[in-house]
Amino acid sequence: MTRSDTGRPRHPGGPNAGRPGFAWALPATLFFALFAILPLIGVAVMSFTSWSGLGNPAFNGLDNWVKLAGDKVMMQSLWLSALLTLLGVAIQTPLSILLGTWAAGHQKNRAILSAIYFVPLLLSSAAVSVLWRALLDPNFGLPGQFSSFFGGDGNVLGTQAGAIAVLTFVGAWQFTPLHTLLYQGAARSVPPVLYQAADIDGAGTVRKFFSITLPQLRNTIVTSVILMVVGGLTTFDTVLILTKGGPGTDTTITAFYMYRKAFQSFDFGVASAIALVLVIIATTISLVLVRVTGYDKMHSVQEGI
Amino acid sequence: MKAKPNYIAGAGSVIWLLIVLVPIYVMLTATIQSQQGYAAKGPLSLPGSFTLENFTALVSSGFLAYVLNTAIVTVSVVGIVVVLVPPLAYAVVRSRSRGISLVFRTFLLGLAIPAQAVIVPIFYLITVAGLYDSLIGIILPTAAFCLPICTLILSGSMRDITPELYEAMAMDGATPMRSFFRLVLPLSKGGISTIIVFSALQAWNGFLFPLILTQSASTKVITLGLFDFQSQYGINIPGLMAAVLLSMLPVLLVYLFARRALVQGLMGVGGK
Repeated sequence: MTRSDTGRPRHPGGPNAGRPGFAWALPATLFFALFAILPLIGVAVMSFTSWSGLGNPAFNGLDNWVKLAGDKVMMQSLWLSALLTLLGVAIQTPLSILLGTWAAGHQKNRAILSAIYFVPLLLSSAAVSVLWRALLDPNFGLPGQFSSFFGGDGNVLGTQAGAIAVLTFVGAWQFTPLHTLLYQGAARSVPPVLYQAADIDGAGTVRKFFSITLPQLRNTIVTSVILMVVGGLTTFDTVLILTKGGPGTDTTITAFYMYRKAFQSFDFGVASAIALVLVIIATTISLVLVRVTGYDKMHSVQEGI
Repeated sequence: MKAKPNYIAGAGSVIWLLIVLVPIYVMLTATIQSQQGYAAKGPLSLPGSFTLENFTALVSSGFLAYVLNTAIVTVSVVGIVVVLVPPLAYAVVRSRSRGISLVFRTFLLGLAIPAQAVIVPIFYLITVAGLYDSLIGIILPTAAFCLPICTLILSGSMRDITPELYEAMAMDGATPMRSFFRLVLPLSKGGISTIIVFSALQAWNGFLFPLILTQSASTKVITLGLFDFQSQYGINIPGLMAAVLLSMLPVLLVYLFARRALVQGLMGVGGK
């Protein structure tokens, strides 16, 4: 700190007077670097090593990558991840846009309903999965009481199609409220003057939705879809608790396969390679979405950085 | 704006309401029935008996110790976040140092790093540091992964403080330290409560880090307890539901009494 004799900053009111220095950012930055940035570099390095959890990792060149390229379960897991992510986006996006714009209205009943819609968000993924697993129990859950509806032995998690449907449904149950919340906030910030103008032109509810609301929600749609993609690709807790990747490996998505490789087979090198694949895919999709939609430019204007 | 009732949307919203509420209803009614009573009536029926045995069984199985562990983790994570994030956000908003924009970009990049992707190096790091199977081992990475969003939220709310106020402080010869405590902190109360709620939720509901970084009963948190309970007594549905209810009870209370901060905290999950 530079100070003059009077103990006051040398340039009172000058551009840098009273501004914090870099030191203010240092503690948080170091902490974050240690537990997030360093591990991110670590995952890249460890993908070229073999480590079983004991001793130290040893470099083994491209071995993990060669193993992975010929691994049928890995290839299947990539397809399954893509499928579950796409299903999630396809179901949750329209649903949450409709619910969000509806909940954005200031009517009393809408406020009460949207307060209840939030409830699934209060539960942890573990709680959600345990809850639905219990609800779908073939003997003591809903299939037991409504066997004609669920058909067969009522074991909805016993087939690949059934298990994928359950994962998609539970994902939607858990995360639609979050996206609804995003759209609700965004729909509320649409300038009312646009709707007033449309009213004067005699536009109906549907027309207003497609010509005003939807275009105005553009930025939010990008944010929400990116969240769904990253979230979908890294879905883990629900798969572990609901299906354990099964039946067989039928719902072993990439993130779960990585967990199995690391903490069940103790093949941490291959697991790191899988993790790196996940990071690259998720980042690429996010960047492409941001670029294609021109979101980055709008965002930077809003942020004023 | 005059709005006539939109019946189709109204019907749709009621259907979604049912989808949200039916599982909650089943959970609540199951928790007050005995296992036999529940099995006999089926999940959707009105409860035919009343018992508190599910809760007493939970308590005697040591579930409350898991609650205590989770509370320790949550309070510590919030503590770390509240100490680290405000100075960082203040620097992001006000500092002219060259490194600051790089730091902010790094944190933005951090938003895109899923915790799942780095569990192997974190496992290695925590093991090497001798923190495996300790609550500190859970606390440190959980707090670190809260930082990006909390920084984004808080710097957003600090940007709303007008430059004139900072300049007035500077004119009076205030040091950054003084501006921080006298101006920035008092005017960022809303943002700070949002990041408290957000990081508390993350810590309370966290599953992945506890799963890979702990193993003994003495360090077990609620989410892991639920998972274990489900693997061991999967068919004791009333017992499971009681555990689920107990795990969400504190969050539910916060929701009832501090809805605004909680909703904003949840929106923080959306990176908004």
